[in-house]
Amino acid sequence: MTFGNATWSALAQGDGTNWWDIDPITVAWTLAVALTVNLSCAILGCFLVVRRMSLLGDAISHAVLPGLVIAFLLAGRIASGPMFVGATLAGLFTAWASRALASTGRVRDDASLGIVFTTMFALGVVLIHAYADNVDLDPGCVLYGSIELTSLERISLPWPGGGTWSVPRALFAPLLALCATLILVSRAWNELVWTSFDPGHAAAAGLNVERIHQAFLVVTAATTVASFEAVGSILVVAMLIVPAACARLLTSRLEMMIILACFVGAFSAVGGFVLAAALDTNMAGMTAGVAGGFFALAVVGSPSQGVVARVWRRVRLTARIADEDVLAWLYRADERGRIARVSELPDRATAGGSALRNALGRLIRQGQVRRGEGDALHLTQGGREAGEAQVRAHRLWESYLDRHFDLPLDHLHDPAEEAEHYLGPDLQRQILAELGSGSIDADPHGATIPLEPGLQPDRRSTVPQKFQSSAGESEPSSVELPDESNLPKATSSP
Amino acid sequence: MMNASNSLDWLTSYNTWVVLGGVAVLGANAGMVGTFAVLRGRSLMGDALAHAALPGVCLGFWVAGGRAVGPMLLGALLTGCLGLLVLAFLKRWTRLPDDAGLGVVLSVFFGVGVVMSRLIQNNAAGGAKAGLESYILGKTAGILMSDLLVIAVVALISALLVGLMFKEFLMVAFDEGFARAVGLPTTTLDLAMTSLTALTVIVGLPAVGVVMMAALLIIPAASARLWSDRLEIVLLVAASLGAVASASGALTSAALNLPAGPTVVLSGAGLFLLSLLLAPRRGLLTTRWRAWCQTQALNITDPRFNRAMTRAFFERHPQMLNDLEDLNSLRLERLLSPEEFAALAERVRLDLVREETREARS
Repeated sequence: MTFGNATWSALAQGDGTNWWDIDPITVAWTLAVALTVNLSCAILGCFLVVRRMSLLGDAISHAVLPGLVIAFLLAGRIASGPMFVGATLAGLFTAWASRALASTGRVRDDASLGIVFTTMFALGVVLIHAYADNVDLDPGCVLYGSIELTSLERISLPWPGGGTWSVPRALFAPLLALCATLILVSRAWNELVWTSFDPGHAAAAGLNVERIHQAFLVVTAATTVASFEAVGSILVVAMLIVPAACARLLTSRLEMMIILACFVGAFSAVGGFVLAAALDTNMAGMTAGVAGGFFALAVVGSPSQGVVARVWRRVRLTARIADEDVLAWLYRADERGRIARVSELPDRATAGGSALRNALGRLIRQGQVRRGEGDALHLTQGGREAGEAQVRAHRLWESYLDRHFDLPLDHLHDPAEEAEHYLGPDLQRQILAELGSGSIDADPHGATIPLEPGLQPDRRSTVPQKFQSSAGESEPSSVELPDESNLPKATSSP
Repeated sequence: MMNASNSLDWLTSYNTWVVLGGVAVLGANAGMVGTFAVLRGRSLMGDALAHAALPGVCLGFWVAGGRAVGPMLLGALLTGCLGLLVLAFLKRWTRLPDDAGLGVVLSVFFGVGVVMSRLIQNNAAGGAKAGLESYILGKTAGILMSDLLVIAVVALISALLVGLMFKEFLMVAFDEGFARAVGLPTTTLDLAMTSLTALTVIVGLPAVGVVMMAALLIIPAASARLWSDRLEIVLLVAASLGAVASASGALTSAALNLPAGPTVVLSGAGLFLLSLLLAPRRGLLTTRWRAWCQTQALNITDPRFNRAMTRAFFERHPQMLNDLEDLNSLRLERLLSPEEFAALAERVRLDLVREETREARS
């Protein structure tokens, strides 16, 4: 298994050093192995991410080393079966031991995982060196994997139509793992979802949470072991976590997340192959790099969660608030019978002076504000209605605060100045009903509340989530991932 | 150079003492710095950092055109800190849980590092290859006087910083919200702690390797936490355990001709196991023993005491009635903390005495 120093150019036929000179069958088999590994890892990774067990893959893949060596020493040769079983058992032992350690209450989960897997890895390395004469396991191969060479070692299978079919030996374990993953996910979908998001509820409803957890662990350990001959112990983590994390940023539905993760995994495998062969470098590392590239794209450009979208939403919100502040200021001046002037534009804390000046320019362009002689400003009909709605929201909120909270009068303006931007017509109507419509016509400071029956059409499309009513938005037919920040810690320790 | 061959020459050689000193100082420093990481639930950050350093090591190797310690350490520091920045960025800007962020950073950076190291190996002359491999598994026997100096300087910096900012670090480590509320600059303190971890990991990487560096940060600190509830004692114990584990591991490796990184981790794991069982404050056997001593001190064979104790227990914990049938105080001592048990026993004893005097009067 000492494959550590092989390169792509060595695989190319003749003396050509370009990857496209590589035999197409070799390319096909290498891609098949890579795709199988990536798909099963991507599916399981989604559950690892939502169960907050992401680092378990890392721990297991390091900790399988002593299992491999002991199985090798017992079997006396490199035998796939016993070594697979030994490694999987070592992986399960890691998960079990770190959990047992954390459950003594003496060590935190993350520390117990760290202690167990580093110790297991150290044990493995020591075993390899202690029996160096008998073991030709290469730590380098364990760390980096050797997917480039999987197609070299083939096994002949009888072909149904007669003849034989030579299949890479390294394809079998990942294929088995993929089958196990698919079976687990399709047979126990509901149970997995339930125990991932609300283990307490699942247990109360009579599910055997522990058994499902164990089954999931077994499949995860087996997949990690099956993958790591091809991709190495540390890069398995990339195949497990990165596509899932990427998909998590793109969607909130678990089904969609799994599908997207599979796509990301598959594209990473293909991209990793092409780039690695072109640059003559390690394919597993390149696959991790490509997956990381996809992840970076998702972080920046995800439509709902991406940095660009978030910044854009924030900019839009700031602009809207500035617009509304200017309109309300003009309306109030109008109310007092004064003529507002550009030079008097207030310097407000909620939106800086320049933001207000920009807003004024925008409103003039939109035709909500008209310039008079000198630097006088007048509201147009549309602008007046908008400003009126704003002032109405402000004064309604002041009245509401005054009614329900024991606040001094001079503490009402500032909260209302913030809340007015989030009170749409619906909420205004509700507050009005709550205050008793007709009985209220002035705010606590004595200013008239402009109560017009025809409330403005809603232009508050960018209201932050926390102020929005959630009715009519959820689709209960599908699995909705809750926001991570208030999710109860599901299965914290592996 | 630390080969055991068949004599004990290596015990008296200069190199051995440099290596031992370097490893011991590194272990002490890692134990101290790791204490804060472990207390704050960030044990695996060191792991991510160590992995994220690999591309930097390759970068330094490539820029310097060979195995030069300075550029490789600088590169490692650069990408290690970049990895930490990415982690902080993901935490601030995305809804990914922390562990997923760690996994992403760790594996992607390491993957890029593997790619770069292979590219370098393709181009480098044969002799230059060995330098990179040793960053993964470590090459303890290769510690030179200059390495020892770097390690010692970093250890000195962390000891000074921890000594000067002890009160602030303590507050941030145990209650970050409170620390912020009383006006401490938590972000700066956080940055200081993280930089200490980064420095320690980076200078330790060439000596013990990626995985073992993570272990050195976690194991002594987690062991020391079992010894005391006072931070200054935990820090001292962690530093001593780290030094002892490293030195004994290095000695074992020299004597048995094994790689030093793994033996260091294994001796650390042995110390952890000892602590877990026997640590004076929270060891599993020690707490059992203390509870047993208490039951011996009380006259636990008195059936009346047992009955009264059980009654008092259920008065306090009615929910336990469901799953306990034949409860006697021998089992009670396992259900309750020693303090709680002692308090309960004291109350029951007083009740019994009172009852006896009442009986005697009537």
